[in-house]
Amino acid sequence: MTELLVGTKKGLFVLRGDAGAEKPFDVAARAFPGNVVEFAIRDPRSGRYFASVTSGHFGARVMHTMDPTGEWEPTTGLGYPEGSDWSLERIWSIKPGEADGLIYAGVAPAGLFTSTDGGLTWELNRALYDQPTRSSWEPGAGGLCLHSIATWPGDPSRLAIGISAVGVWLSEDGGESWRHGNQGLVPRYIPEDAREGTIDLCVHNMHRAPLRPERLFMQFHGGVYRSDDAGESWISIAEGLPADFGFPMAIDPADPDSAFVIPMISDGDRVTVDGRARVYGTRDAGESWTSLSDGLPQEDAYLTILRQAFSVDGEGPGMGLYFGATSGDVFGSADAGASWFTAHERLAPVNSVRVA
Amino acid sequence: MATVKLRAPLKDLAGGNREIEIDGSSVGQVLRELEHRHPKISGWVLDEHGRVRRHVNVFVDGERVREDAPVAPDATMHVLPSISGGSR
Repeated sequence: MTELLVGTKKGLFVLRGDAGAEKPFDVAARAFPGNVVEFAIRDPRSGRYFASVTSGHFGARVMHTMDPTGEWEPTTGLGYPEGSDWSLERIWSIKPGEADGLIYAGVAPAGLFTSTDGGLTWELNRALYDQPTRSSWEPGAGGLCLHSIATWPGDPSRLAIGISAVGVWLSEDGGESWRHGNQGLVPRYIPEDAREGTIDLCVHNMHRAPLRPERLFMQFHGGVYRSDDAGESWISIAEGLPADFGFPMAIDPADPDSAFVIPMISDGDRVTVDGRARVYGTRDAGESWTSLSDGLPQEDAYLTILRQAFSVDGEGPGMGLYFGATSGDVFGSADAGASWFTAHERLAPVNSVRVA
Repeated sequence: MATVKLRAPLKDLAGGNREIEIDGSSVGQVLRELEHRHPKISGWVLDEHGRVRRHVNVFVDGERVREDAPVAPDATMHVLPSISGGSR
């Protein structure tokens, strides 16, 4: 039995089913109806579920529960301090850290919050908030959002975060200080004579290879990149893709040469290329890409897959891959993308997909 | 004359021209002249109050500017959609 947490514009859907079975997944629960669920995850260490919920009337908060079909409770402490020129708008990401009870939340406007009690209470990371350039940070289309948090296996001091559109930030002291990691990124949306030194860098998604943690992969706003020096510098690995625009990315945790993307036409037309839903995978660190589309719609399928709506389950050749589109469709693979099935159709527009 | 550089979809609204030479001492003046020459672009870059739209970026010689910025006679002006615009 596989459990999917699908955050949508109309609540959280908890889907349960057997990967690859003929029958679609069942809706085991729908929580937060009428509210936007940006992201939901289960912390495997505690078994606690978290959902980032945004109410059009009542703001953004992280809710938690041990049973996603039951009652949810609010966490506390997520919000900018009194007197701040910023107010919390959305919570984009929740990521377990590398110490007992350590967990991170990435929010909009771009901030990092940390919990040391397993996600029940949160505290603002002041070092990032106090960056002198903060007042000049520019938003991406989804807002000024901190969406990617790449931990370093076994070492809580080393972090890489991605912000749209303020690039990559690196820390080697657990978030006490931060510096840029943007070398090699090319923002084609800025004229050439204005690119030097810019921090207006629209990272869309970023993941670290856990078995080779100095390696990271990134989907950029026009570009797919790899870093082999822990995010200091980046090289393009987009050659061979039908388009280098896209939002989400996934990796096989067992294969540091692996990455999976879902190309979309361009920033002006954010739908799957040629009306075909295709995941592209690499197993040689971006030297070559293979289309993985068996079982996905290949005709008149103009899908938009948002940055948190792609997730893995396990690792290796039997790894599960799941993604959801703003069409409300959720697709899955039980063989690392070699073949696909439809897990559910016609949900609300999908913001996020995670395997519980 | 300033050189105004356009990308899609603005290029298409300007008759397919990627580069247009336009006289004007401010960004607003240059853009209004652009609208005059290519009426299809009216309302796309400047809003109804004559201000550069929130999700449009104008760069003059590598600096991001707004409608009241000066434009030198030999300046290069890029007009392009901002990454903050559009839909997700």
